[in-house]
Amino acid sequence: MLRILNKIRRIGIVTETPPRDREIEALGKTVRRHIDRRFRGSLAIRQVDAGSCNGCELEIHALNNPYYDIERFGVHFVASPRHADALLVTGPVSRHMETALRRTWRATPAPKIVIAAGSCACDGGEFGVSYASCGAVENVIPVDVKIPGCPPAPADLLKGILSALRASTSTQGK
Amino acid sequence: MSGFRWLHDYLAALEGEHVVLREEADPHTLPPAHRLMVDGEDWGSAAKVSAAFGHRHAGVWGEHIGDWIIVRACLAFEGDYLVLETPVSPQRPVLPSHSPYYSGIDRLERHLQDMLGVAFLDHPDSRRWTRHQAWPEGSYPLRHESPASGTPPKRTPADSDYPFVEVLGSGVYQIPVGPVHAGIIEPGHFRFHAVGEDVLRLEQRLGYVHKGIEKIAEGRDPEGLARLAGRISGDTTVAHTWAACMAMERAYDVSVPPLALAIRAILAERERIANHLGDIGAICNDVGFAFAHMQCARLREQWQRGNQSVFGHRLLMDRIVPGGVFRTLTYQCAELLKTQNQDLSKELDSLLPILEDQPSLQDRLANTGVLAAEDARRLGVTGYVGKASGMDYDVRRDHAYAPYDRLTVESPCLSAGDVAARVQVRASEIRHSLGLLNCLMENLPKGPVQAEWTQPAKAIEGIGVVEGWRGEIVTYVRLGEDGRVQRFFARDPSWFSWPALEQLIHGNIVADFPVCNKSVNASYSGHDL
Repeated sequence: MLRILNKIRRIGIVTETPPRDREIEALGKTVRRHIDRRFRGSLAIRQVDAGSCNGCELEIHALNNPYYDIERFGVHFVASPRHADALLVTGPVSRHMETALRRTWRATPAPKIVIAAGSCACDGGEFGVSYASCGAVENVIPVDVKIPGCPPAPADLLKGILSALRASTSTQGK
Repeated sequence: MSGFRWLHDYLAALEGEHVVLREEADPHTLPPAHRLMVDGEDWGSAAKVSAAFGHRHAGVWGEHIGDWIIVRACLAFEGDYLVLETPVSPQRPVLPSHSPYYSGIDRLERHLQDMLGVAFLDHPDSRRWTRHQAWPEGSYPLRHESPASGTPPKRTPADSDYPFVEVLGSGVYQIPVGPVHAGIIEPGHFRFHAVGEDVLRLEQRLGYVHKGIEKIAEGRDPEGLARLAGRISGDTTVAHTWAACMAMERAYDVSVPPLALAIRAILAERERIANHLGDIGAICNDVGFAFAHMQCARLREQWQRGNQSVFGHRLLMDRIVPGGVFRTLTYQCAELLKTQNQDLSKELDSLLPILEDQPSLQDRLANTGVLAAEDARRLGVTGYVGKASGMDYDVRRDHAYAPYDRLTVESPCLSAGDVAARVQVRASEIRHSLGLLNCLMENLPKGPVQAEWTQPAKAIEGIGVVEGWRGEIVTYVRLGEDGRVQRFFARDPSWFSWPALEQLIHGNIVADFPVCNKSVNASYSGHDL
């Protein structure tokens, strides 16, 4: 036990502030304000793999590692679409996942922001449309924001989630 | 490699079973595998002889060529690979099954049945497997007449009437899980039958992420195929791309420069380490030991950042290309990699003993999810799942391909078969991979990293066998005269570790499924294709 405590003490906190680029800093502040106002400080995301190769999932996992620790921005991943404010969908939508994705979307309460993460989710990527694949997520459910990349790096995912929030908040304001 | 010392006796045994070998196939056209062509009616007898010899079944796949469906089975023994081949008529596509002798081959045969319409006699389970509702019964996506675009329904319904096997009895209840899981995980369906807390039976239903990879590979050029292979399973992008490139390079007899081979091995070992790190942490997390989860996640992130700065991609996608690798390693990059090796070694020196000596952790992992050695052998499981259950096989050591043929590859093998053993195997694989990386970095060859890609205008085929981080990958590629892909099949090790999970969960409590599942971590995407 002492060794564990010692290790924790020596490593300290490695969580980074987001990359120090002005755009993100500004976006971060605005978004934090939007989350506070609109989602009472917490945005719940349900991740749905609709046919991905698992590459995007690895990078979404990384958002929870101590370097990014996305929960400090008020963003957390939930187990049920019924608890979610937003869906983070990866993969080209395989035909075998089409109905599951629609049902997940229907189970999500408004505002159900949909974020398509990764090249496949944006435009079908390497898989496109075929007998087995519906291609882009927007071919199946309405999409609010797209995050390209194969796979998008954690920082890109973070930016995408933040801009989805901003977009949704401004839509609601109209 | 034994060099087929057993082949003579095997051929004699086939003759004893009255298996007729057809003359038209040259046994040496699929190096390093040995190819034998048998009659359809002898297909089952050949498997019976192989099983008696103790061969491991490494996969079965088919292909529609001209007026025939050619079915191929790959068997491994003493580091050698044997490919059995038989033609089947598309009008009467019936073959004896290999499943009675090799239960692990069950799902691959059902995949072949759904994709090409080959029916297997004596198959214990003829239910559909890869097919859900995207294409109708009686239509086969890999046949010539089926276009890649298919004729899908406007909306594909859920596969809600799949006939699961039911367990009946007093107090037995079902828990359906998935396809959309609670975490950030790939989709699939698990049907548990339980009494109280104990799992009586787990039945998996996969195929949800079937993306038609085999079909959309058709017509691609070698670069395009390499890109696709790198997306069969995103966590295994290096190994799958390597296997696909190896198959094409063997087909065209392209010799990859030594420096490119060394860089490929560096990429593959880095991929192995990254995945083992992440999984060891996640396994500990599944029994509530968050400390290890955070420490491993931290190390994995540092490792991936190293990938980004040296190779330009956090998961190392598209770094291997046909004929070599995408770019050379600069002196600065090599130094950075060496530093990262040393740093990680030091970190593990302090972290791993903490995990190994933690009684409350070991108490949860020991005797949990035991895969009996007999089951591992029967299913033909490779990789850490096999190695933790007495399957002492590693392609890098036992069927050594360059550059591993010049290295000493150590491979752990344990017998306990529980989650603890799988963690132990993974931890020692990380250690061994670090050793290999140091060795590779110390002796980096000089020279180009791309072979000249010569493409003779003839139809040609090749096979690639690579030890991915999950275990053995077998990839078959056939290219046409125009240099375009006509058939691509990649057999991920998950085809065998998925059924192993169904076995090892028996008698465990439902709540231990996550940790058992994570300790196996079979790929959905790599399996569903």
